[in-house]
Amino acid sequence: MAAAVCVLARTRNLFSAIVLSGIYSFLMATVLVAMDAVDVAMTEASVGAGISTVLLLGALYLCRSEQSKPLRQVWLPLALSVAVGAVLMYGTLGLPEFSDAHAPIHTHVVPRYLKEMPKEVGMPNVVTAVLASYRGYDTLGETTVVFTAGAGVVALLRRKRRQRDAPDAAKGAAR
Amino acid sequence: MKADLILRVMAKLLIPFIVLFALYVQFHGDFGPGGGFQAGVILAAAVIFYALIFGLADARRVVPESLVEALMAVGVLIYAGVGVAGLLLGGNFLDYFVLDPDPVHGQHRGIFWVEVGVAVTVSGVMLKIFYMFADRGGLEE
Amino acid sequence: MNAVGSHMSLGGHFTYFVTVFLMIAGLFIVIARGNLIKKLIGLGIFQTSVYLLYIVPGKLVGGTAPIISPAYTEYTNPLPHVLILTAIVVGVATLALGLALVVRIREAYDTVEEDDILLLDARPGRPAKASSLR
Repeated sequence: MAAAVCVLARTRNLFSAIVLSGIYSFLMATVLVAMDAVDVAMTEASVGAGISTVLLLGALYLCRSEQSKPLRQVWLPLALSVAVGAVLMYGTLGLPEFSDAHAPIHTHVVPRYLKEMPKEVGMPNVVTAVLASYRGYDTLGETTVVFTAGAGVVALLRRKRRQRDAPDAAKGAAR
Repeated sequence: MKADLILRVMAKLLIPFIVLFALYVQFHGDFGPGGGFQAGVILAAAVIFYALIFGLADARRVVPESLVEALMAVGVLIYAGVGVAGLLLGGNFLDYFVLDPDPVHGQHRGIFWVEVGVAVTVSGVMLKIFYMFADRGGLEE
Repeated sequence: MNAVGSHMSLGGHFTYFVTVFLMIAGLFIVIARGNLIKKLIGLGIFQTSVYLLYIVPGKLVGGTAPIISPAYTEYTNPLPHVLILTAIVVGVATLALGLALVVRIREAYDTVEEDDILLLDARPGRPAKASSLR
């Protein structure tokens, strides 16, 4: 995945950048399966590698630009990114180790979910049960966000291309 | 023309299975990985596949724009409706255990309808966004 | 609990290093590339690295996927999965909105390079009207 990202950062052709992002999403889904996150892997594979790639290709077609310009000065952003990365790595040293059973993440609410699940909800898939029942408000908010994004795209891209008269053009350009 | 033919035949063979898989993921979300989001996205992908192979005009005839726009809103309404049903039947908002005399069964029902609402909204939004992008550029294929 | 957490072994923290590397790679693409579409791709990479950041600490090596069945007793933590599921869908929603904005910018300015857009903006008068009729 690191290799895919490095090539993506350096490539100038936008189409190959989009294909590489699809490859990166699939690799991420594989890593997620290795982490036992099967629901998340399925969502990442379908949404990240599927819908994202379709939308990016659609936008690329609409923008009609194939090559991006070469970057003149790369040292300042690179130094800044490396500095941020160093600070973050120093920060993660305080976090629990990989597969540490005593980490706080495993001790507060999750044992209750796992124990009470068969009694209260009675369905094997814990993730769906937590998503829809224990954390139902979050899912309601997320559905609303998705709907709002759709409404926003409709508002932005409403068809007014061909016979556009001057007042509409002014309104569209001044947005 | 030959390549077109292969694509069309393959699409006709594959699209029913993709739709079936989307329904399977939706209803099997209780027992295995899956659930509303994945199912909605896979369903939208099936229709996008159809639009890519057979043209946008054909896709619009099969799944018209008004239907897609209605789907977008109806999903959120179903979700909120389940919450309000919980209110009307005596519990708090989005309480599932009041939906049925047996609380566990009430949870099942609530989760089922909530997942349906989520899948409907997600598929509607993804499809609508694709339609908007494709429509803007005059994309014919 | 305190004694276990204060070990600074590198092997246990390797996954964090990978996550941070992906994060700064995404950040670099957002800062350093001028093309708007590439910036959005870099933002997506940044978001996926954050998914890793949440999910990896939840994994228990002996455990299995969080689907309750009589054959297993150890389960990977399902709570990060729930949060990240929401995050993925919200991420694609923001990507869609960002791309819609890029398309409109393209129609107004006739370019998607950030430097050109800033140059066009600095010039007096709006060049937008002429090229938006396509």
